[in-house]
Amino acid sequence: MIPGRSHGLGTVCPARKIVIVLRIREDLVDAMVAHARRDHPDEACGILAGPEGSGEPQRVIPMLNAARSPTYYEFDSTEWNAVYREMTAKDEEPVVIYHSHTATEPYPSRTDIARAQEYAQFLAPPHYVLIGTRDPERHELRSYRILDGEVTEEPVDVVPT
Amino acid sequence: MAVTVSIPTILRTHTGGEKQVQARGATLAEVIDNLEANHGGLKARLVKEGTLHRFVNVYVNDEDVRFAGGLDAAIADGDNVTILPAVAGG
Repeated sequence: MIPGRSHGLGTVCPARKIVIVLRIREDLVDAMVAHARRDHPDEACGILAGPEGSGEPQRVIPMLNAARSPTYYEFDSTEWNAVYREMTAKDEEPVVIYHSHTATEPYPSRTDIARAQEYAQFLAPPHYVLIGTRDPERHELRSYRILDGEVTEEPVDVVPT
Repeated sequence: MAVTVSIPTILRTHTGGEKQVQARGATLAEVIDNLEANHGGLKARLVKEGTLHRFVNVYVNDEDVRFAGGLDAAIADGDNVTILPAVAGG
């Protein structure tokens, strides 16, 4: 049993008629949580890449938090360019963008929502996974879609590996 | 100066779906004006009040133009220009 894991069949978003749920392999969850613990009390951030348009995360890419801050994260711009180029060459895209909240609940902040709106003007909106590390024993993991400034939590279906 | 510009997925609505387009210019500002002339709507996504949008990253080859003069960054023949959103949050 994975702490922070949630179960569900997915919910239907009426406006878009799409089932939203994040299916994710257990080893990818473990890698994100380990990264978040490693960087605590600073926020950790990274990408789960997968084939373009598939919605299936396949590999984890931990990114540097250029802000090195407990309350803010920003991809290092040079690293992001190199990673994006590598993904493009493999016909991959960021399926998930994850970051940690180290002292507050794992819910998108106003800054997270504002930045997500800007991101969506350039690249397909990813699943936003937040990992809460405020409790040293038990992490929290949640996934959200952020579309037009609206946050929708989605169930996370962790697939054992 | 002819350069290749890589267009992120959502902005491809302005380029007829093309992932990469050619543009000309001696500076990034000229390249963006040339892009706008052929693919209307792109400039407004990149530039606001004469400077690059705060949350857009533009690269010439490997370099983030913020560290190379911004819109005044010099462009050489054969350069690759990449447009990406900054990824950040709180």
